[in-house]
Amino acid sequence: MREKSKIAKGPLEKKLNRTGWMFVSGASALIIVFTFYPVVDALRLAFMSGKGNQLSFAGMGNFQRMLQDETLKKAFFNTFLYLIIQVPIMLILGLIIASMLQNKDLRFKGLFRTAIFLPCITSSVAYALVLKTIFANEGLFNTLLTKCGLISEPILWLNDAFWSKMLIIIVITWRWTGYNAMFYIAGLQNIEPSIYEAADLDGAGSLQKMRYITAPLLRPVILFTSITSTIGTLQLFDEVKNITNGGPANATITISGYIYNVCFSYVSEFGYASAIALVVVIIIAILSALQMRVGDKE
Amino acid sequence: MGKTKKKVILAIEYVFLCFVSFLCAFPFLWMIIGATNTSSDVMRNKMTFGSALWNNLQTLLQPEKGFVTGLSNTIITTVVTTLLSLLVCSLAGYSFTMYRSQKREKLFNILLLTMMIPFSSIMVPLYRMFAQMNKIPVLKLVGLNTLGAMILPSVSTAFLIFFFRQNAKSFSKELAEAARIDGLGEWAIFFKIFFPVMRSTFATGAIVSFMNSWNNYLWPLLVAQSPQVRTLPMVLSALGQSYTADYGALMTAIVIATLPSALVYFLMQKEFVAGMTGAVK
Repeated sequence: MREKSKIAKGPLEKKLNRTGWMFVSGASALIIVFTFYPVVDALRLAFMSGKGNQLSFAGMGNFQRMLQDETLKKAFFNTFLYLIIQVPIMLILGLIIASMLQNKDLRFKGLFRTAIFLPCITSSVAYALVLKTIFANEGLFNTLLTKCGLISEPILWLNDAFWSKMLIIIVITWRWTGYNAMFYIAGLQNIEPSIYEAADLDGAGSLQKMRYITAPLLRPVILFTSITSTIGTLQLFDEVKNITNGGPANATITISGYIYNVCFSYVSEFGYASAIALVVVIIIAILSALQMRVGDKE
Repeated sequence: MGKTKKKVILAIEYVFLCFVSFLCAFPFLWMIIGATNTSSDVMRNKMTFGSALWNNLQTLLQPEKGFVTGLSNTIITTVVTTLLSLLVCSLAGYSFTMYRSQKREKLFNILLLTMMIPFSSIMVPLYRMFAQMNKIPVLKLVGLNTLGAMILPSVSTAFLIFFFRQNAKSFSKELAEAARIDGLGEWAIFFKIFFPVMRSTFATGAIVSFMNSWNNYLWPLLVAQSPQVRTLPMVLSALGQSYTADYGALMTAIVIATLPSALVYFLMQKEFVAGMTGAVK
């Protein structure tokens, strides 16, 4: 087909070219209408302000307002806290699990893999609600800790500013560690076992093998998982909405949660919400570029 | 490495992996046990199976709980989205591979960019767009408060187009060529040859689409303001948030909501993992 297109186009090629356009038209049209147009509209809205559909041009007004918005600052702080703490823990844990499953002498690998991927079959709302009952003040986890003598007072997972943040981190880690581990398992399977054998002969320990063989060879996969996890964390909404609803006193609110509140909980301020969303897109672009830079060096 | 050291490492790995597996599986056990217990038993952290499953099911069947409506709305939107999505995205992916042209390559690259756009950044204009549709006669049928509004934006995804484009590369072009010489039209080649040959790719694509729309929460939450169009995740959320939450019924509802994906996972584990992690042949 490729060679043919270089020769002068015959009637068949023209027909095939038409079919080609016809086949891509449906999918492309839908993406243009439901993604590209909203992106352009969001850019326009970001510079408008007002309530409901009464919008007027506001210049940089929304962005100036953002600098003074205490709740927004909290939302940014929380989201970045989740990002900085949760993503590394999850990725390292996934890496450890994946490299353990590489051990030739280990049995029941299939069983472990099945169990570790299990959280991925749950919907965000379903698992959030299930874990919420386990971490309730009088819930199973507190009861267990009390019985073991680790705590004397129940931890207020849902009502304490610090512990509720920790709960969000625990919950997301439960859901996504196995998911990321699957990428590492696939990546590790592509590494030649002979490299490790050679390292064994040279007397390398398991930490050294991790540092000098596994990590560099897995770099593209690690890069991919850290970018997708970053984007995922910056969009965090469902879990927080269903576990703490952003509370107590906005202690767990995320950027997406705040955008939702600005539009759909109080008065609808579509312009301001779009301005916040625009900042998120810019942050995602910067972070992704940064991660690619770091991942590509050497 | 010494033999004892190897054994110690292996033992540590077993302990660690068993512990992690237990943590991953435990919430499932917890919700299944909860589904068989009364609300107060769940709150008392009862860890044994009870006999309240039937009662919990009956609670869920009460019309004011909205569970049956939510379940049927979710089934309808999921089936329609998955079928449309498979059709539209596989045609596009197939075309990008089978009828290569530079202009279409460019289009593909532009479409691929949308994978980087977070949904929360376009949800506001998208919501306004569907609100506008409610004022126009025909488009009203897919405006706010309709199942159509939940389906339309999720039909075409860059991910699925990409997925089908990559997988179509393993489809033999000679086969298409031979069919063409036999007089088969382009649509017939797609439906009668590509589709049956690529069954497992379609199965994986279907799983991706099914999981996305079955679990979709934020967009339906914006679009569905009246109880008649609520979907399952919203119903679960309402069951869990209310001050007089019936936890036994909630756990039963969650088990039912998780059952389809659990079935697919255990029956087609390879395709499920491939679909979720976007593995490309």
